[in-house]
Amino acid sequence: MVTVPKGSYVEITKEVLSQNQRAPQIPEDTKKTPLMMKVKGFLLEDGEIGETVKIKTVLGREQEGSLTSDNPRYSHDFGDIVPEIFKVRDSIKNFMKTGDCDGQ
Amino acid sequence: MDRKNQIMKKAIGMDYSQFQLTDLAFDYENMMSYGGYTIEKIREIQKEQGVGNTPLYELKNITKLVRKLAPKGKGARIFLKDEASNPSGSFKARRAAISVYHAKQNGYKGVIAATSGNYGAAVASQAAMQGIESIIVQEAFDSKGVYQPEIMEKGRACEAYGSEVLQLSVGPELFYVFLRTLEETGYFNASLYTPFGIAGIETLGLELAEQVYERTGQKPHRVVVTHAGGGNLTGTARGLIKAGCKETQIIGASIDLQGLHMASDHDFNKKSFTTGHTGFGVPFATWPDRADVPKNAARPLRYMDRYVTITQGEAFYVTEMLAVLEGLERGPAGNTSLAAAIPLAMEMDEDQIIVVQETEYTGAGKHLNAQLAFAKENGINVYVGNPKESIPGKSIVLPEHPSQLSVTEFPMDKLKRTYLKNVQSQFDIEKFNDTDWEFLAQELNTCEEKIKELLIGRER
Repeated sequence: MVTVPKGSYVEITKEVLSQNQRAPQIPEDTKKTPLMMKVKGFLLEDGEIGETVKIKTVLGREQEGSLTSDNPRYSHDFGDIVPEIFKVRDSIKNFMKTGDCDGQ
Repeated sequence: MDRKNQIMKKAIGMDYSQFQLTDLAFDYENMMSYGGYTIEKIREIQKEQGVGNTPLYELKNITKLVRKLAPKGKGARIFLKDEASNPSGSFKARRAAISVYHAKQNGYKGVIAATSGNYGAAVASQAAMQGIESIIVQEAFDSKGVYQPEIMEKGRACEAYGSEVLQLSVGPELFYVFLRTLEETGYFNASLYTPFGIAGIETLGLELAEQVYERTGQKPHRVVVTHAGGGNLTGTARGLIKAGCKETQIIGASIDLQGLHMASDHDFNKKSFTTGHTGFGVPFATWPDRADVPKNAARPLRYMDRYVTITQGEAFYVTEMLAVLEGLERGPAGNTSLAAAIPLAMEMDEDQIIVVQETEYTGAGKHLNAQLAFAKENGINVYVGNPKESIPGKSIVLPEHPSQLSVTEFPMDKLKRTYLKNVQSQFDIEKFNDTDWEFLAQELNTCEEKIKELLIGRER
């Protein structure tokens, strides 16, 4: 296991409510899952991925949970190109030019 | 329950019982004037924070497109209020500016908001600007740890403004984390639904009326508002009324996500929109007090003249249209009202004016390509065809021709009946006095006779 040094910016995950503590009115599929929380901050002691650790958030509040990632990345992006958008773009521009989406 | 009420009272610093008239009724206008936030005062605070005074664009090319499709003499001029120009990229900066100002004035060290939407970024941005702390609580990922890309982007924005972001898996118990965090920190509950938060949006309606008048010498005939929690519609409508636009028709527009359960772990990532949809639009209109404050200041049925829905594919389609025809790249969710405005403009005369009342910023995750790519990854069938075929959670159909853009009426009477059903489930209407009936008439923007008719209609 790789040790993540104290002071690293990390993400922790913790269980807030277990399956049997979930609210009665929620759908069955959700009820089968625990309520989980993720929060980022600075590691207070060296730790390993999967280990229970303590962090200080950007506001200086202490949180405890399982260490899930070191230098967590924002993985959202613009996605693979969606070709249908080009089709739509062409049809809109053609309609403005010729009154017909096929450009006839 | 008692502890919950105590936490809430401390976190909002406001005793809602002072407005209560009967078990059901409360003095809404008296509540809206709480704190002395007049529209002039709000304008002043917002100006100080660089909020508001956003540009109004005339969408000349889209108006041209509408007139190519509409019968001769039809096709209203379409204007768009570019709320993406606010500091945090959406109209939500207007309500956050006032909430944060109020929190700071009342000595709170920080603010907390439970929101997965643009409001989080708005609160975080305003807290940074006004020099207090912020915590944002988001419903963000499903049980497999997969995030809605739109929400991940909003989380990133909040963190960029220095906020602590608590991200949760799916479920309404987020409220428990929210309450516990309020208790632990003693921060202010920057709810979306406080009277001053809603009053913060009134400037949008007022500015819009002023700008339209300045450009055209007319008052807007119709204003289309993307409707979710109800604040946008309530605040805008109140601002329009204050600007003297009493005849302006207020139309709420939401993306149709009927059939998807909002608290379902499975359905969470089958949605391609996380706001502006019927999953919020219908329940919040028909029972506003489901909010995180005792009395919700957003009460859309008081102001809504018409409610229409559009499909996810139509919102994405007009997002592309706005970019290629008008040179404005904006976020898809805010364009819900644009998708509705196009068919609505076709019904109107050429000399009339319809206003699309907001836009929102766009970026990684919060973009039509990102959201459509995510939909495909989640097994949603994305194709170009007839948008009427689309099924929320199963397919997204991008129109093949602009004439396929349409709105579906959501009957106002259906909303009002559901509201009354919710009242009946909590109160004994046999015991209602004149104050209660008067309150209901105001809530549903109708008269007592009509309410009784709606109640009978429901029993049939």
